[in-house]
Amino acid sequence: MTLTLPEYPQPDARGRFGRFGGRYVPETLIPALDELETAYRAAKADPEFLEELDRLLKEFVGRPSGLYLASRLTEHAGGAKIYLKREDQNYTGAHKINNCLAQALLAKRMGKRRVIAETGAGQHGVASATAAALLGMDCVVYMGVEDIRRQELNVFRMKLLGAEVRPVTSGTSTLKDATNEAIRDWVTNVRDTFYILGSVVGPHPYPAMVRDFQSVIGEEVKVQLQAQEGRVSPDVIVACVGGGSNAIGIFAPYAYLPEEQRPRLIGTEAAGEGVETGRHAASVAGGRTGVLHGAMMYLLHDHEGQITPPHSISAGLDYPGIGPEHCLYSDTGVAEYVPVTDAQAMEGLQLLTRLEGIIPALESAHAIYHAVQLAPTLSPDQIIVVNLSGRGDKDVAEVMRLLQKAEDAAPPSERQEVRA
Amino acid sequence: MTATQSRGVARIHAAFEAAQAQGRAAFIPFMTAGFPSAAAFPALADTLLERADILEVGLPYSDPLGDGPTIQRASEQALEGGTSTRRTLEAVRELRTRHDTPIVVMTYVNPIYAVGPREFMRLAQEAGVDGLILPDLPPDQDLEIADLAAEHGLAVTFLIAPTSTPARVKLVAEACTGFLYAVSVTGVTGAREATALNEVPAMLALAREHARVPVAVGFGVKDAGTAHQVAAVADGVVVGSAFINAINHGQDVAALVATIADGCQK
Repeated sequence: MTLTLPEYPQPDARGRFGRFGGRYVPETLIPALDELETAYRAAKADPEFLEELDRLLKEFVGRPSGLYLASRLTEHAGGAKIYLKREDQNYTGAHKINNCLAQALLAKRMGKRRVIAETGAGQHGVASATAAALLGMDCVVYMGVEDIRRQELNVFRMKLLGAEVRPVTSGTSTLKDATNEAIRDWVTNVRDTFYILGSVVGPHPYPAMVRDFQSVIGEEVKVQLQAQEGRVSPDVIVACVGGGSNAIGIFAPYAYLPEEQRPRLIGTEAAGEGVETGRHAASVAGGRTGVLHGAMMYLLHDHEGQITPPHSISAGLDYPGIGPEHCLYSDTGVAEYVPVTDAQAMEGLQLLTRLEGIIPALESAHAIYHAVQLAPTLSPDQIIVVNLSGRGDKDVAEVMRLLQKAEDAAPPSERQEVRA
Repeated sequence: MTATQSRGVARIHAAFEAAQAQGRAAFIPFMTAGFPSAAAFPALADTLLERADILEVGLPYSDPLGDGPTIQRASEQALEGGTSTRRTLEAVRELRTRHDTPIVVMTYVNPIYAVGPREFMRLAQEAGVDGLILPDLPPDQDLEIADLAAEHGLAVTFLIAPTSTPARVKLVAEACTGFLYAVSVTGVTGAREATALNEVPAMLALAREHARVPVAVGFGVKDAGTAHQVAAVADGVVVGSAFINAINHGQDVAALVATIADGCQK
């Protein structure tokens, strides 16, 4: 057994990251959250649980994922070396599986037979359905009808895996509303149901627990970078943030290091059509403190507290809030959060695909774009690690549609052959 | 405690006492402000207030995760119709010109934080609100809200559920200044096909050990029968989704109000 789950200084005993986080949920759930916290603490200290999780991460997920020097991308950008942490190599295609397997194992340990999940892009839904199939549990996934349209293939995958996909038509019919429905289901069936939450959001202990389960990403980077470059810390780490689970997974192992040892941590937020247009999902750049889904965080809402619909090209980033630990990092300067637009993400996607033969998820493409912008400002002996949180298979139909639309809109003289 | 601090608390407690003196549980109907439209809400509230001991007005919120589909849709409809925090409080102020019945506002914490807790309490006090019900605020999350409410003469109601441990029941009960709201089922609001109230008596017995305030029961009360079952063990009966369903189905709301109010007889 080599796996340990780290102990970080945050959150505090009340489940708060500074002023963020907490447990703003119906009283019905408080005992369940207490029970979860207790069970999680016990599991974290139980060698048998850690051994089983370690075995599954290696044998089922395929960890460790590669740390790959993107030399053609580096050459193109001209400057710092760009490494990719290849979470896209994970079984099911994204970092989400790390957390889902761990939570499903915990659910089983707690004697729960039924798991529920919410999903936006479908990666968390597929990972939850996969974990449930593996461990022999019933699984219900809530998904907004708008996302069901955008992610048809993942919907089919979930069904094939034996999960029930429940379409959500309330509100904006996207991830935020799927999360509301999952919480309502949990409030109703709390005695026999485990809620596998997909990001570092929600009431305590979820943000801390999901972070711990995802921190395997950053812990691996330390070891791999040491072997490949003779140093533990890169100069910069870039990761996309919606709720923020892949970012926290690669940030957290570095975030609590002394400042002089800490790399620059950069989260790329979905700026959609531009933060100034109001059509975006950039909670730090365009939001204010508020409470949603049980936690205080930076949030997109109007002056009376009504949640405003987020927008992103990427269903996985299309969420109006950002995890409470990221909010604390932002306030304290531990990490920076920069907006990247839909168009820039498309550019990042095409660039990585052409230069490295890797089709990234639209989420990860936000981080790729920013890394390429940043690299020329750094020297060749410096290192940027980009968390490639997932692969783009799920997005190719949407990308094809968007590129076709762009091509049709361009004057004939500027038309390029965009299809391979 | 000054006179201002005790205003809402005193009025709410008096309403329970008056009902009890008549051998009834207090009848506490709920309605979403601005539903079915901003124009139609006042008359609807008047209908409820004909029999209400306390009126619960819902301040519509975009993401009401403690509510079922009926109240959620009513909130969406109200928001689309332009109902806002300030308009909700204006509606309460307007009802105050015709009615002396205590009015409590049910809302989620985000609208309170967005306006600012102190400013929100000031606006609520000015509008004549007597108390607040906060379904996503366990009392140990934010002690400032209850303190600010008290400063502005507002009573606060927190919720317990069948899943609440004895320690939680004690904590919640002691934090309530208006009345204690016991949720009858594990679940969200909504009239149910079959409402199982078998968990209610034990929960209430536990609550009464600690509560210094009356105890009301809600969630799933939909007709005279379920109201009577609840009235037998509780000090108050909260009914919401059933009235909204009646409006959505074009039924006679006044008749339903009368039947359920009659059902609150002990």
